[in-house]
Amino acid sequence: MIVRRLFWSNVWKRNLRLYSSAVGDDFRLEEFSSKYLGHRKAKFTENLEFIDSGNAEAISIYRATNTAGDFVDPSQDPNLSKDVLVKMYRDMTFLNTMDKILYDSQRQGRISFYMTNFGEEANQIGSAAALESTDLIYGQYRETGVLVWRGFPMQQFMNQCYGNALDYGKGKQMPVHYGSLEHNFVTISSPLTTQMPQAVGSAYAFKREGSKRIVCVYFGDGAASEGDAHAAFNFAATLKVPIVFFCRNNGYAISTPTTEQYGGDGIAGKGPGYGLHTIRVDGNDLFAVYNATKAARNLASQNIPVLIEAMTYRLGHHSTSDDSSAYRSKDEVEQWTAKDYPILRFRSYLEKKGWWSAEDDKAWISEVRKNVLKAFNEAEKVKKLPPEELFNDVYAELTPNLKRQKEELKRHLEKYGKHYPLENFQ
Amino acid sequence: MAHCRVLFQTAKSVSQPIRFSSTISFIPSKADPALGETAKLNMCQSINNAMHIALENDKSACVFGEDVAFGGVFRCSLGLQDKFGKDRVFNTPLCEQGIAGFGIGLAVAGHTAIAEIQFGDYIFPAYDQIVNEAAKYRYRSGNLFNCGKLTIRATWGAVGHGALYHSQSPEANFTHTPGLKIVVPRGPIQAKGLLLSCINDPNPCIFFEPKVLYRTAVEEVPVKDYTLPLGKAEIVRPGSDATLVAWGTQLHVTWEAAELAKKELGIDCEVIDLQCMAPWDVDTIANSVAKTGRLLVSHEAPVTSGFAAEIAATIQRECFLNLEAPIMRIAGFDTPFPHTHEPFYLPTKWRVFDGIKQMMEY
Repeated sequence: MIVRRLFWSNVWKRNLRLYSSAVGDDFRLEEFSSKYLGHRKAKFTENLEFIDSGNAEAISIYRATNTAGDFVDPSQDPNLSKDVLVKMYRDMTFLNTMDKILYDSQRQGRISFYMTNFGEEANQIGSAAALESTDLIYGQYRETGVLVWRGFPMQQFMNQCYGNALDYGKGKQMPVHYGSLEHNFVTISSPLTTQMPQAVGSAYAFKREGSKRIVCVYFGDGAASEGDAHAAFNFAATLKVPIVFFCRNNGYAISTPTTEQYGGDGIAGKGPGYGLHTIRVDGNDLFAVYNATKAARNLASQNIPVLIEAMTYRLGHHSTSDDSSAYRSKDEVEQWTAKDYPILRFRSYLEKKGWWSAEDDKAWISEVRKNVLKAFNEAEKVKKLPPEELFNDVYAELTPNLKRQKEELKRHLEKYGKHYPLENFQ
Repeated sequence: MAHCRVLFQTAKSVSQPIRFSSTISFIPSKADPALGETAKLNMCQSINNAMHIALENDKSACVFGEDVAFGGVFRCSLGLQDKFGKDRVFNTPLCEQGIAGFGIGLAVAGHTAIAEIQFGDYIFPAYDQIVNEAAKYRYRSGNLFNCGKLTIRATWGAVGHGALYHSQSPEANFTHTPGLKIVVPRGPIQAKGLLLSCINDPNPCIFFEPKVLYRTAVEEVPVKDYTLPLGKAEIVRPGSDATLVAWGTQLHVTWEAAELAKKELGIDCEVIDLQCMAPWDVDTIANSVAKTGRLLVSHEAPVTSGFAAEIAATIQRECFLNLEAPIMRIAGFDTPFPHTHEPFYLPTKWRVFDGIKQMMEY
C-alpha cells in the first residue's frame, strides 16, 4: 500500500508540474511534430477555424511556352538540340497519324477496339523524353506515345491490335494493351489504377538494388479516385521510393467530368497531404512537361517520390465504344482544338526556329501514313497463334488440369473443327 | 516455448472444449527421416524458420505487411528485422490492396516478395490485385512479365472465438481463379516445407496458415532447408473402407473422426491431406476412391461452392463406376461465421463421424 501511495503521489506531482507550465505544451508539440507529423512543426491555436479548401488558391499550372509556342520566360528553355526536338515532333505526329488510321480501321470492323491519344501527345512525349530509357514505365492505356518515344516497333502496335502470332502479348489481350520488356514498359491491363501500388513495389526493388533506375507510373484523373491510388501515394511516401506519379488530367473519365470526380484542388491538391513533392503542369506544353518530369526524375532518383498533374484535354472519344457527343458539347471540343492543340503549339515553336516547315510536315505525314498502312495490312495477314496457345502462360508450367483440358480441346476440334474459325489460326 | 508445450498437452489430453479456444486436437506427424536432424517447433516457429531460410538464401527477399517489423501479431516474423535489416523486413501502411499491389511490383522487378495479410478475412480488399493482376500477369503479357516471386501469407480458419472476421476460410474464393497456387498446411512440418515451396515457386502463391495451430501444433521439424511438392496430396492414414479428404485444421478433425469410426464401428477410413487446392491432386484422391468406393470431403468454409464441391464433381466423373454411395460433404453451414454459436457451426468430428456412418449405411 505504501508503495502504491508513493507511486501515485509522484505521478500526481509530475502531472501537476506539466499541467501548470509550458513544459507540457512543449512536450506534446514535440511529440506530435516529430512522431505524428513527420517533423512538420505544429503549433496550438485558440482560433476555432476550419480550413476551407474552397477558399485556398489552386496550385498554379507551370508552363514554359504560351499557346503560340513562345517561351514566356526564356530561362525555362531546356535548350534541347534540333535533332531531339524534331524527333519529339515526329513522334507526336506519328502517334496522331497512327491513331487516325487505327481508329478508322476499328470503324470498318477490322480491329475490335481502339483508344486514341488525341490532345495528349505532348504530355506523353514530353515526359517520356525526360526519363532514362532504363526507367520502368507502368501505364494506364493512353500512353502509347511513351512507347513511340522509346522506339517500340511500328509493326508491333499493329500486331498487338490484331492479336496475331507476332504480337509480343501472344494475342491474349484487347487492342492497345501494349507491353515490352525490351522497352521497359510493363504490359497494360484494363483494371484501372492497379498499376500504381505495383509501380511503388518495383520502385522499392530499384531502391534496394541501388540501380539508379526510377519508375514512372501514368494514370488518369478518374483512376486517381480508386483506392489503389491512395495506397500507392501513401506507400510511396512512407517507404520513400524512387517514383514519379504522372497524372493525365484530361477533364473526363469516359462521360464523368472532373466536377463529379473530386471535390478538391484536382489531383495535385492531394499530393502534399501524402507527403509527396507535387507539381501541376500545362500538359499541352511539351517543354513544361519535359522540364517538370526531368526535375521530378532528379528528385525521385534521391528516393523522393513526386506527383505531377498534367492539365490537358481529351480531344477524342474515350474509346471506339464511346460517342462523347452524348455528354459534352461539340463546341467545347472545337474550342480546345482551335485554341490549344499541343502538336500545333509545338510546331509553331519549331517553325519559328526554322527547324520545320509546312512542306516538311506534308512529306512526313504522308510517309507516316504510307508506313502505318503498310504495317497494318501486313499485320492483318499474319495468322493468330494456334488454339492450344490459350492454355500457355497461365502458370509457368502446364498443370495436370490444364494438360487434360488442352487434350479435351484438341479432341473436340478434331471432331468439330469445321464449326470454328480455324483458318485464321496457325 | 514451455508455455506452448503446456497448451499442446492440454489440448491433447482434455477432450471437452477449452474455454474460448477451438476444440481441435492436433495429431502430430513425423518428418521424412531423410531430412535429417529435427527440432521441436510449433507452427509459428516453423514458419518463422522458413522465412529465416528464405531471407538468408535470397538477398532480394523481403517480408512486409501490417505490424511484421516487431514480430507480427502472431509472432511469425519475430527477430527477422533484427537479423536482416529494416529494408528487408518492414511495416507497410494499413492497406491490404496496397500490400498485394506492392508485392506484385516487387516480384515484377524480379525480387522475392513475402507479403503478410494479417487475417484471411481481410484479404478481400486485395482481391482485385490478386485475382485480376497477380493471377493474370504472366498470361496477359505473353510471359514478358510475371509476378511469380510473390507469396502472400494469411492467417486462416476458426480459432474458437473469432466470429465473422477472424475465422474465415476463403480458399474457394481463390481456387476459381486460374494462375494462383493455394496452399494450406496441417502442421509445422508441412508449413515449413510448403511455405518454402511457395516462396521458390515461379507462380504467385497464397499460403493460408491455420492460426489455431500456431501454438498448439508442435512437431519435430527438420532443421535444414527443405521443400514439399505443391499440388501433391498426402495419405496420412491408409484405409480401405472410405476416403476422407480435408486440409488445414479440419484434417485433424477428420483424422479424429476416422479413429472414432474405427473404434466405434470398425470402419477403416483412408485420410488424405489435400494440402494444395490449386493445383489439386486429382490422381491421389481418385486412386483412393477407386479403392474404397466412398468419399467424404470436409472443410470449415460454407458448403455451397466450397472447394469440396469441386472435388465431388471431379471424383464423380473420374470414379463413377467405383462409387458405392453419394459423395458426402461435411462443411460449415451457409451462414457467416458466428461468435457464440461456433461449436454448432463447425463441421465437428461428430458431424464427420455421422457422415461416415451414413455413407457406409447407404
